[in-house]
Amino acid sequence: MNSDGRSTPTLTDWLIFLALLAGAILMCGPFIWMISTSFKPSSEVFAFPPTLLSAHPQPGNYLRIFTTIRFGQALLNSVIVATSVTVLQLIVCSMAAYAFACLRFRGREVLFLIYLAALMVPSQVTLIPNFILIRNLGWIDTYQGLILPYAFSSFGTFLLRQYMKTIPGELIEAARIDGANHLQIYAGVVVPLALPALGALAIFTFVAQWNNFLWPLITTSKPSMQVTTVTLASLQGQFNTDWPLLMTGSVLAIVPMLVVFALGNRSFISGITAGSFGGR
Amino acid sequence: MPKANLSLMARREERAAWLFLLPSLVLFAVFTALPVISAFLISFAHWDLFNPPKLAFLDNYIGLWNDPIFRQVLGNTGYYVVLAVPLQMLLGLLCALALNRGVPGQAFFRVIYFLPVVTSTVAAGLVWAWLFNSNFGLINMGLSLLGVDDLPKWLISSKWAMPAVIAVSVWQGLGYSMVLFLAGLQNIRRDLYEAAALDGATGWSRFWHITLPLLSPMTFFVLIISIIGSFQVFELVYVMTKAGPSNATNTLVFFIYQNGFMFYQMGIASAAAMVLFLIVLVLTLVQYRLQNRWVHYE
Repeated sequence: MNSDGRSTPTLTDWLIFLALLAGAILMCGPFIWMISTSFKPSSEVFAFPPTLLSAHPQPGNYLRIFTTIRFGQALLNSVIVATSVTVLQLIVCSMAAYAFACLRFRGREVLFLIYLAALMVPSQVTLIPNFILIRNLGWIDTYQGLILPYAFSSFGTFLLRQYMKTIPGELIEAARIDGANHLQIYAGVVVPLALPALGALAIFTFVAQWNNFLWPLITTSKPSMQVTTVTLASLQGQFNTDWPLLMTGSVLAIVPMLVVFALGNRSFISGITAGSFGGR
Repeated sequence: MPKANLSLMARREERAAWLFLLPSLVLFAVFTALPVISAFLISFAHWDLFNPPKLAFLDNYIGLWNDPIFRQVLGNTGYYVVLAVPLQMLLGLLCALALNRGVPGQAFFRVIYFLPVVTSTVAAGLVWAWLFNSNFGLINMGLSLLGVDDLPKWLISSKWAMPAVIAVSVWQGLGYSMVLFLAGLQNIRRDLYEAAALDGATGWSRFWHITLPLLSPMTFFVLIISIIGSFQVFELVYVMTKAGPSNATNTLVFFIYQNGFMFYQMGIASAAAMVLFLIVLVLTLVQYRLQNRWVHYE
């Protein structure tokens, strides 16, 4: 149904449809070209006029990227880091959110404001001190160096707290009267009820970590510890005209996120929009 | 509340609260609060990481003030923000309006327009660098097939490199604005439109008098986060141009990266980070003040 309450598309609707279709082709174009190039032999890349489907497709590019460089290790590192950060954030942020939303303690409002204020701090401000800290701890080229700085997020705490605030107080009160302690209420009542918000935060965090670049760029130097984005950027320097290989790497870096997004696009988007309504 | 009035249960609740907060407090202190303070202190020091830091007072800030490259960097970043933010917001709003009226296939379009948002910026930058390649890229091939003789050199031209980076960031960001605007539109009560239709309001005046004012809290939110996000542009620059040609696309965060991790000038990098911090802070506060003047809540 459209905004006028009519259910059959009008001429305007069809014109808009055509404009959206043209836009969609523009939006998808780079993905299509990337996939097309990833299947081309190196020689064909410079052909004029350009070809979309190669006459000699090279699926071997997808093997070559794993044999010429450690791309498999990079993908594995990305999975390890993104998964660990996500799990840690879910635990740490949900615990903090529970305290803010369901418990009374002195300094609650002040502390919450401090956490909120941290949302205004660009990550590049803390970049240098964090790098120095990680370096002094000897954590360059380690998983803990890649993971721990992201184990807490103000955004995640804020998102979960807003959601937990909507849980009816009677449910928590009832559990309390039944003799449940705070840990039991947290794990048995609040967390199960907050699952939609936790899901949104999980997808949001996983995607953000998978695509994270600057921090892993400066805290890893060994190829065996690099994550996908960093390996991909370094490929550019080593194979700078081998466009089929670069595009193969790009496809491999993008596809897992498309899958994650396809599986959870509703909760991903609700995570984004929840952040925007929270401030009201 | 005076301490004596706290019952046993309240005290227990308070202790539980701090235990629940403990992991976040430790991580927040170590990786956010202390680093912010350290960054501020480091900005007043000369430090190359190999020798002990030396007090520099305002040297780093004065150095930035007098550095023509830093001025260029600020100019570039401003140019980027001023073009990328309105374009991304306008296109995002248009898409949201188009997708909010029940055209065929709108769920499909919503996903397609959003895909670039979940795409790794590094990978997207690589693909676009290939598209913008001045000799063999699809864009110039297309332009030459259309009969354009004077093909732009895109990423290796100091005139065209920044517009190319901006185009990619708009491509990547408009789905984000779109989703937020859509959420804002869906929050507007249907009956307002029905009442306006009864009063004989046309589509345009309904947009002007209902949609736009009631969408303003969301517009305001999108504006702030887009500006803040745009000031932090880095990956696209790193992958597409490496800040070149001759600093034509060098931006604030790239400058911080360059000074900190290529030149090992931690003091200068921190001072530049403080400038970024200040910009973001001022923008947030200014917008926060303005919010009450032009944002309409229902």
